[in-house]
Amino acid sequence: MKNEQQKILGQFLRKLTLNFLVDRVGMDHSLSDSKEVHVLAIDENLVDRTVIERLLKITSCKVTAVDSGIRVLQFLGLHEENNCSVGFDSLKMDLIITDYCIPGMTRYKLLKKIKGSSALREIPVVIMSSENVVTRSTDAWEKKQRILL
Amino acid sequence: MNAVAQLQRQFVDYFNSLYREGVVDDQFAELQKLQDESTPDFVAEVVTLFFEDCEKLINNMAKALDQQVVDYKQVDSHVHQLKGSSSSVGAMRVKNLCIAFRTHCEAQNRDGCVRCLQQVNNEYLFLKNKLQTLFRLQQQILAAGGSIPTIA
Repeated sequence: MKNEQQKILGQFLRKLTLNFLVDRVGMDHSLSDSKEVHVLAIDENLVDRTVIERLLKITSCKVTAVDSGIRVLQFLGLHEENNCSVGFDSLKMDLIITDYCIPGMTRYKLLKKIKGSSALREIPVVIMSSENVVTRSTDAWEKKQRILL
Repeated sequence: MNAVAQLQRQFVDYFNSLYREGVVDDQFAELQKLQDESTPDFVAEVVTLFFEDCEKLINNMAKALDQQVVDYKQVDSHVHQLKGSSSSVGAMRVKNLCIAFRTHCEAQNRDGCVRCLQQVNNEYLFLKNKLQTLFRLQQQILAAGGSIPTIA
């Protein structure tokens, strides 16, 4: 049984994604409503990945959950060792949700790679954090993020 | 009261007692809501993953604290991981212990860290015992043909 919070999260995700889809390719809402939202979730921790995956699936999203930044880049065809993007169709990705800390690279580097790609820069990226305190390093990072976005 | 209703009553009472005692928090109740007829073992699966994670992290922390020169950054990163996953499953006491643990890591206080690790280990074993009882009740309800009550 879905509760209010899940409904709200589902609505928020759909709205965020639909707005970007409309801007990017001029799709009208009636078409977008029937499209399944595909989310890429990044979290090193298996427990967290399992919970996020279930939460997103219950809001009718299609989910791909990975454990590191390198994996993400491989999926999106952005990894240096990839000469061509094989397999996974990155254009089908509607949203990226990532943990605050991911192994293999900094959030900044990951964001830079995604936003540096003309094919992928329109994908919204959401960052999750369990920390309540905003530190100085977070502020500096957020400044960089604003420049990128 | 028939057998199923009795088991269901026991389940709800036990769940509520865990909540009242602060063993689990709201997040655990939220996990229950993510479970349905198509995924009846979801919570048990997540909790099992969590316990495996606990064991691995506790072992890693013990090894790290046993070194001649302790790498507090590494210990802290294990504690951070445990804090994250305990938050995700609603293991409130474990999570709170992790918060205290991190201050000892920051202060590079070996005795404080060792004490916290012991407490974390005890709390993990206590929680494991409690949740295994809860899941046993769950299995009994399902075996008797009943459904798991939704916790408000």
